[in-house]
Amino acid sequence: MELNDLYRDVILDHNRRPRNFGVLELPDARVEGFNPLCGDRLTVQLKMAGDAIADIRFEGQGCAISTASASLMTEAVKGKSRTDALALFDRIHSLLTDDDAPSDELGKLAALSGVREFPARVKCASLCWHTLAAALRAPDLKHLSAVSTETD
Amino acid sequence: MKNIALVNDSRFDVMSLRKDFPVLARMIRGKPLAYLDNGASAQRPTAVIEAVDDYERRHHANIHRGVHTLSQEATGLYEAARDKVLAFLHAVSRHEVVFVRGTTEAVNLVAQSYLRPILKAGDEILITHLEHHANIVPWQMVCEQTGAKLQVAPMDEHGEVHVEAVEALMSDRTRLFACAHVSNALGTVLPVRRLVAAAKARGITTLIDGAQAVPHMTVDVQDLGCDFYAFSGHKLFGPTGIGILYGRESLLERMPPWQGGGDMILTVTFRKTTYNGLPYKFEAGTPNISGAIGLGAAIDYVSALDRDGAHAHEHALLAYASETLSKIEGLRIVGTARDKASLVSFVVAGVHPHDLGTILDEDGIAIRTGHHCAMPVMEYFKLPATARASFAFYNTFEEIDRLNGSIRRAQSIFA
Repeated sequence: MELNDLYRDVILDHNRRPRNFGVLELPDARVEGFNPLCGDRLTVQLKMAGDAIADIRFEGQGCAISTASASLMTEAVKGKSRTDALALFDRIHSLLTDDDAPSDELGKLAALSGVREFPARVKCASLCWHTLAAALRAPDLKHLSAVSTETD
Repeated sequence: MKNIALVNDSRFDVMSLRKDFPVLARMIRGKPLAYLDNGASAQRPTAVIEAVDDYERRHHANIHRGVHTLSQEATGLYEAARDKVLAFLHAVSRHEVVFVRGTTEAVNLVAQSYLRPILKAGDEILITHLEHHANIVPWQMVCEQTGAKLQVAPMDEHGEVHVEAVEALMSDRTRLFACAHVSNALGTVLPVRRLVAAAKARGITTLIDGAQAVPHMTVDVQDLGCDFYAFSGHKLFGPTGIGILYGRESLLERMPPWQGGGDMILTVTFRKTTYNGLPYKFEAGTPNISGAIGLGAAIDYVSALDRDGAHAHEHALLAYASETLSKIEGLRIVGTARDKASLVSFVVAGVHPHDLGTILDEDGIAIRTGHHCAMPVMEYFKLPATARASFAFYNTFEEIDRLNGSIRRAQSIFA
């Protein structure tokens, strides 16, 4: 278990300069994710074009892992269909929890695999993904409730 | 290192006391453990581990029941632990010492058994802004049940609570005033004696959450004058799952039992049950016998310490840590009360507390990071979380030097 495996350059970079950070005007969905264990909160905002994610932004205050994961996520899912984004959620979920999960074709997102060696930090990385998945799975985007890491 | 530290070390032999705590010899990720998370839970000395072990191996049986030897031995050990708590808190009678699971359960017991039957809509419960969730939520629950109102006395930007500000919120509707003796998130030592006096002058019942106080100072409930005092065993170098509610006998006497079951009754028929006397009325079911015995052993251990020496050492650690950490650029200490217990809450610009916690752990240093179950405190300081190093008498100046080095390393990773 190595610290620089957790804090890889990609993670540090996205923590320092989070992409797609801030307010999205008139979003179709705005979901708040909350980790009651540590108090981290982040909000994912989505604009849909039909079945595809036209634009996505996030806001909130979190640790480097949570900020970088959200930043990487917004880059990765922008333009993806609902189905493809949810499939990616499943892959990231295994990447974070399963030692044998492959990281091929994940590009920059593969940097998140270092987190699985630090079980106490897995929720930091997965919070934004759970929040996004909740939004994409909701039948009615306008009436979404907050997502918590402790009620799955 | 400061002179005060060296002078103090010669009086109070930390290195030899550390040998009493087996876990302090552990290596974490190849480095010696620096355990700076005593505010969350303190470590156990061998004396506690052995007392529990001896009970489990030789004396276990249910208490207050069998006539057989083991049951009598277990009962004797359990009740002897109660006597140790009685002496430790300077309570008047063993009727006033109730074994509970911990501080949280003690507060819930008072909320449900003392307050709920007497609270009316419009009545008030007064707490302060710096309370732990365990001294907020049980009161909110009883407010919901009765229509009473929770009032919150302010703290200032140092994390201090001023008696006048609390007094200003004491009204003829205030039924209970509850506050921490020491803030777990900020380290503030509250002026509890004066706060209790102010409450008593108005006929207001008082509860003190002593979870963070008992490891650091001697507590005399008669001197404090409070009606209830609660603490947890595991913050006092004892086991988890055991704690104490001290209650003034005249109040406990009037309170109905909280939970029903075995041990809390005198007679049971389907028509009517009569309750056992104090303190058993509040100890339904088979209790945490080994926990109580372990707590008794922890009290023996702490009482045998040079407590003045321990106190002086902890204060030297606090002074050294405050001075050392405040020299780190970008580090801000949160909670700067004049009177503090030996803990330092802080934030480092550009390094989130959780990342700091992970990096420190890599260096064998255990601290707490997060909201410390005191979200209103975090909100006051507009912070999602802080890092907290909390010291016990067995911590050393060298461990603070390592903490200092490791924080600087974290800064370089995120620079």
